[in-house]
Amino acid sequence: MERASKPKQIRLSTKPTREDLAALKIGDIVYLDGLIYTGREGVYMRVLEGKEPLPLSLPEESAANFHCSPAATVDQDGNITMGAVTATASFRFSKWIGDWLRISGAMLIIGKGGMTSHDYKEHFVPNGAIYLTTVGYGTGALLGRGIKRARDIYWRKELGLAQAMWLIGAENMGPFIVESDLEGNSLFERENAKVSANLERVYAGTKPAVLKRFGETDDRSDELIS
Amino acid sequence: MISIDAIQKTAETLMEKAAIEIPEDYLDGLKAAADVEDGDLSSFVLQAMLENYEAAKQDRRAMCGDTGCPRWYVKMGNEARIEGGPIALETVLRRATANATRNVPLRPNRVHPLWRTDHDNNVGIGAPEIEYAFEPEGDWIDLVTVHKGGLFGTDYRMLFPSDGIAGIKRFYLDSLVAFGKRGLACQPAIIGIGLGGSKDACMVLGKRAACLRTVGNRNSDPRIAEMEREFKELGNSIGMGAMGFVGKSMVIDCHIEVGYCHTGGMQMSVHAFCLSSRRAVARIHGDGRVEYRTDPNWFTDYQRRETVEWNVLPSLSKSA
Repeated sequence: MERASKPKQIRLSTKPTREDLAALKIGDIVYLDGLIYTGREGVYMRVLEGKEPLPLSLPEESAANFHCSPAATVDQDGNITMGAVTATASFRFSKWIGDWLRISGAMLIIGKGGMTSHDYKEHFVPNGAIYLTTVGYGTGALLGRGIKRARDIYWRKELGLAQAMWLIGAENMGPFIVESDLEGNSLFERENAKVSANLERVYAGTKPAVLKRFGETDDRSDELIS
Repeated sequence: MISIDAIQKTAETLMEKAAIEIPEDYLDGLKAAADVEDGDLSSFVLQAMLENYEAAKQDRRAMCGDTGCPRWYVKMGNEARIEGGPIALETVLRRATANATRNVPLRPNRVHPLWRTDHDNNVGIGAPEIEYAFEPEGDWIDLVTVHKGGLFGTDYRMLFPSDGIAGIKRFYLDSLVAFGKRGLACQPAIIGIGLGGSKDACMVLGKRAACLRTVGNRNSDPRIAEMEREFKELGNSIGMGAMGFVGKSMVIDCHIEVGYCHTGGMQMSVHAFCLSSRRAVARIHGDGRVEYRTDPNWFTDYQRRETVEWNVLPSLSKSA
């Protein structure tokens, strides 16, 4: 069997230049160096809806926002033990991402599964940001190895361990895959289009359920039976 | 009498094993999938996952940052007696869950659905789930922990006899394609299908089919076993691989469990266990011996019995 070609692998700073990002192509493999912060719905709601000030200077300290909750624990003296880290699905944060990119100056959004090319073109491209997806999912132990140390945790009491904002120091942390580029193209959408071309053949010989569900029709007056 | 301390100690060890050590049957299944995968991105993903399992074992750290929702399946032989009874048993399983969350560490995933209260220990109302089953013989207790991950990959539908196998296939494919996009189901996975029962029983059957049977295991009904083989093939023919990239590895194995249902219906559930198929098992014998394994051996003939009485001769029973 013909072996697959190996994708290109690149080391990237968590405070990248525009040129660094322009050189990346969707499907490239990236390993990160520098500070990364976690932030998901808890942080977004607190900052964007609650108007709380940011607990650190962004993007001066880090331009990399990880949609992640680590498997970590904090002892009574505040010492942090971090085991594995993997991302959470990013599509759920679409409503906040535009405002977040503007406020935080983030240039790298790291998560699971990407967002839509509509989000990329609407929010990422104007802010010079790209999306990196974790691999798997998830390579939690490999990513955990790339964490040199957990630097800080903000809003631990207010948001709990999973939603709190963690600041972590990364060294050769990865792998991540470049999912969107500076033009807003999406690797997932490209792959999905290829997979979709095959679906009619796969579905041959199956049949739709005799009782439909809402969603399969948007007409709420539909009888649903067929 | 099985000592309650032995149960707690064993349960804590199981929590750690489940989070860190990928079960051998799933690992072999994934390696076999990686051997035939020729999509360049899908291949890269599978190789990265294989490296990840090694890293987890070497470092003794959780294989995935989302350590799932820990739950317990408890099975007892008919002669098993627990020190302190079932209340003590449930207390130590909850305690072991909380202790392991801090010590491994695991991610404290469990929160109140409305108030999002987080005890930071994976324990709360109804958490961890503890389910029970019994076998006709034995003085042992089997502890199975499953840390099922993922918010995606599971669905339920009321089908009807007229939907037939063609309708079952359609809903199966719909579930794989819908949740497989962008890899939200964390495929390739063990897929469990529940058929029949009632709505709640159907969900339970499908989840147990995914989480409590090993790769390569087949249903004892030869016609269902044949469906399992066919459905595995069907899932891998979609053209979708890991992370939703072009590929051929979607299903590491497909397991189907059935329960008798209302004569007019044919309930169906689909469950995807993820790339981190976290399950660990131990048997604690009446004499205190503890044996660890990764095969829950949950679906014995007794669990799938169809008759009123259970009077199979002990020598013929596969209740071990």
